[in-house]
Amino acid sequence: MLTSFASFLSQLAQTLLVVLVAPLMLGWVSQCRAWLQNRSGPGLLQPYRVLFKLFDKDALMAHNASAIFRGAPYIQFGCMVLAASVVPIIETNLLFAPAADVIALVGVFALARVFSALAAMDAGTSFGSFGARREMLVASLSEPALLMVFFTPLLIVQSSSLNVIVDTLAHREFALYPSLAFAAVAFIMVLLAENARIPIDNPATHLELTMIHEALILEYSGRHLALIEWANAIKFTTYCTIGIALFMPWGIAQAGAWQMLPAAVAVLIVKLCAIGAGLALMETVSAKMRIFRAPEFLGMAYMLAALGMLTLLLLGA
Amino acid sequence: MSAQLINLMASLMLLIAFAMLAQRRIRSLIYLFAWQGAVLAVNSVIVAWYTGHGELYLSAFFTVLLKVIALPLVLHYLIRKLDIQWDVETLINIPTTMLAGIVLVVFAFNLALPISQLAGTITRGTLGIAIAVVLLAFLMMITRRKAVPQVIGFLAMENGLFFAATSATYGMPMVVELGILLDVMVGILILGIFFFQVREAFDSLDLKHMEKLKESGE
Repeated sequence: MLTSFASFLSQLAQTLLVVLVAPLMLGWVSQCRAWLQNRSGPGLLQPYRVLFKLFDKDALMAHNASAIFRGAPYIQFGCMVLAASVVPIIETNLLFAPAADVIALVGVFALARVFSALAAMDAGTSFGSFGARREMLVASLSEPALLMVFFTPLLIVQSSSLNVIVDTLAHREFALYPSLAFAAVAFIMVLLAENARIPIDNPATHLELTMIHEALILEYSGRHLALIEWANAIKFTTYCTIGIALFMPWGIAQAGAWQMLPAAVAVLIVKLCAIGAGLALMETVSAKMRIFRAPEFLGMAYMLAALGMLTLLLLGA
Repeated sequence: MSAQLINLMASLMLLIAFAMLAQRRIRSLIYLFAWQGAVLAVNSVIVAWYTGHGELYLSAFFTVLLKVIALPLVLHYLIRKLDIQWDVETLINIPTTMLAGIVLVVFAFNLALPISQLAGTITRGTLGIAIAVVLLAFLMMITRRKAVPQVIGFLAMENGLFFAATSATYGMPMVVELGILLDVMVGILILGIFFFQVREAFDSLDLKHMEKLKESGE
């Protein structure tokens, strides 16, 4: 009874942490980008200000919009909160962990994506459906790559539960795993593609012909838009925490190790800051590629992930 | 620890082989070739240090001298002289080439598995990667139609063979190794002259012009 209460508390704390910190993470990345480009930047709290502003406004709907259009933001938000809840970030004692392993996690992301595409096509504007088509083009290529990325740590640990993976990888003796390095590079490429970051999509653009993510949410306003933006922030942060859990899990406390919690939180903050700064650097030095180069980029990610798995099978490392 | 380092070097070899397969620009291709030589040399040094085979140090030294410094310099000089620093086109598109490459890697790994189980060397696991590097370089030669990338593919294939020798038997006898290095050096010099002749005759380094040689005109 006591242990289940403890894991409930730990679950609640971790989920709330990710959900509340997610906009801050986006703010940190854009702040770093601003610094690298010699601009002063909008400040770390800008995403929160945007969310407050949007929640305050009235939500306008197209006349012919159906229930899908109305419900999609809530479904997306729910999916992202669920995804955020199954990734251990501070401690591996999570109540929701049996709800979804890494493979089901890919499915949760896919569910959210399907509804965002359906909602974009629902209003019947040309931009919406072309955004949905592009989103699906990118997704159909990044999803297999993401699955392949997961297979490498999964084969090392022989389990698909994130809790077990983190527990095993974080508390083994140090060993060089070239296969994990391959998978990590592929994961970064998938992360950039899935979160509409720069080589694939430019989150700051308002030029209709190049945008993917912006075209999907063009018809939304008010609280719906706020929920979608928030869900995307959570998705981005969850991807970062998945990366931490798979490729640099050192410092995440084991179940029941309460005295390790402050250190685990500190380590998490340092890792997230480093990831944000690294992504900002990558986005500053690279340019957005043409949409038809995206299959090549994601094909490369798939290839790297597959290579990681193959080297693991051959070398055992 | 040495086994892990050797595995790391092997993975880097494989990664560079794939990068060469996907690279469109000739200049970057030459840089990648130099990097592959460097990884090869480091691998030789690690194996030499672990097994105490002194002549492997020597072969690492020659590898650095020839494949990291001399050949890339010659190639850079050639492409500057030929004025071909622009994009290389590939015959089939890059994702397809990549998939073909992955199939080749699976094939090579399967091929090497029984051999590695028989071998007792520390480097036995990397034999599959060595064969894969040879096959990938071969694939690169097949998919490119310009002359210079084909020659780089040929050199990369030699790198793979060298790596295979190191991983299967701790390297070839010194005489053989030196002979091969000399062959490669001379081969590059001859091919360098050949490039100019090809361009003189066909006004291009595209090798598809050479397929129409027989009975032209009549």
